[in-house]
Amino acid sequence: MKTEMQTVTAGSWLDPLVHAGRRAFSFLERTGRAGLFLLRVLQSIPSVLLRPGLIMQQLFSVGVLTIVIVLVAGAFVGLVLGLQGYNVLVRFNAEASLGTFVGLTLVRELGPVVTALLFAGRAGSALTAELGLMKATEQFSGLEMMAVDPYKRVLAPRMLAGFISMPLLAGIFSAVGVLGGYFIGVGLLGVDAGAYWAQMQNSVDFYEDLMTGFWKSLAFGFAATWVALFEGYDAEPTAEGVGRATTRSVVSASLLVLGLNFVLTALLLETNP
Amino acid sequence: MEAWVGLFVAAGCVALFMLAMKVSNLSTISAGDGYEIIARFGNIGGLAVRSPVRASGVLVGRVSDISYDTRSFEAMVTMSIEKQFNQFPTDTTASIFTAGLLGEQYVSLTPGAEEEVMKQGDTIMFSDSAMVLERIIGKIVTDKLSE
Repeated sequence: MKTEMQTVTAGSWLDPLVHAGRRAFSFLERTGRAGLFLLRVLQSIPSVLLRPGLIMQQLFSVGVLTIVIVLVAGAFVGLVLGLQGYNVLVRFNAEASLGTFVGLTLVRELGPVVTALLFAGRAGSALTAELGLMKATEQFSGLEMMAVDPYKRVLAPRMLAGFISMPLLAGIFSAVGVLGGYFIGVGLLGVDAGAYWAQMQNSVDFYEDLMTGFWKSLAFGFAATWVALFEGYDAEPTAEGVGRATTRSVVSASLLVLGLNFVLTALLLETNP
Repeated sequence: MEAWVGLFVAAGCVALFMLAMKVSNLSTISAGDGYEIIARFGNIGGLAVRSPVRASGVLVGRVSDISYDTRSFEAMVTMSIEKQFNQFPTDTTASIFTAGLLGEQYVSLTPGAEEEVMKQGDTIMFSDSAMVLERIIGKIVTDKLSE
């Protein structure tokens, strides 16, 4: 394909058009490769289930190491929600509904989305950099040389770990956020503790709200890990290439998560009118 | 390392469990081993499936199904009542009220004085329809005009 594109001489008035076309082609090509890549990773997952040690290792680096940032972020988001919610609700004499506000916002939207963004930044970038460096030092070729399938040995456990970690992290984020809102609302601003929990329970539905958030976090974990793995595996095997791939991984994963969030929200709201 | 992973998974599960029990209404969803009674209303207003059913303000069950009876032109509301509240007399009245001025709508059960109690599948004889705000306003307006 490349030779074909070079037939147009430089400096022609067609240049911007050619440039745009080339970008579109390379985007499509990359998307297609990412799809095939995902297919191969998913195919290798069953064989990984027989080796829990590999998954354990990745759960540690993907999940456990992300806990601290999720805990801190969740606490601060909950504190801010408590303050902002109280400030708005007190105008309508409805500060007893603070629990509803904090619970619904966290469980439905902020929990899954912010966790996914943090996940892309913390775990995703690490995955991409690690894989890119492995590629730059030709470790994948080394594995293949030893008849070890890098998809089964390296990529599938990471995919699975990301998939498992995200819902757990999102759950931790929401739980900590709810406690943060409780601390501000009940502890500092004097909302009644019973009202906080009762209003929350009254309006947060298990199936419509909690499960919606859960499905979202699963989808985000899947998408963010996929992007991170693909960018790493597809990185140019140079120091510069690995750096670029890491940046791209975080940017595209974040955008993908936000876009996916809109689509999923629209779909899930439609089924639960 | 394995201990950390174990801790992580445990913490995640505890968080999800806490969200389910403490934040969402899972703990108030009955296990389904209650009994169902039916009430007919001329107008159910904004009542929906899973709306609460209360007696003296206490949650005793939830609306499990709403359908329209094409023969009597009435709404049929099936309510699932938890099994420990099985002492409602057969002349219980069901009314649709609104919690607060703009709150959610719920069915309120007011027990009567009969000796017999209602069982699975029984129909409530007396019912009050939902208050529709437009209708009340319309009534006030026409009352004022006819004065």
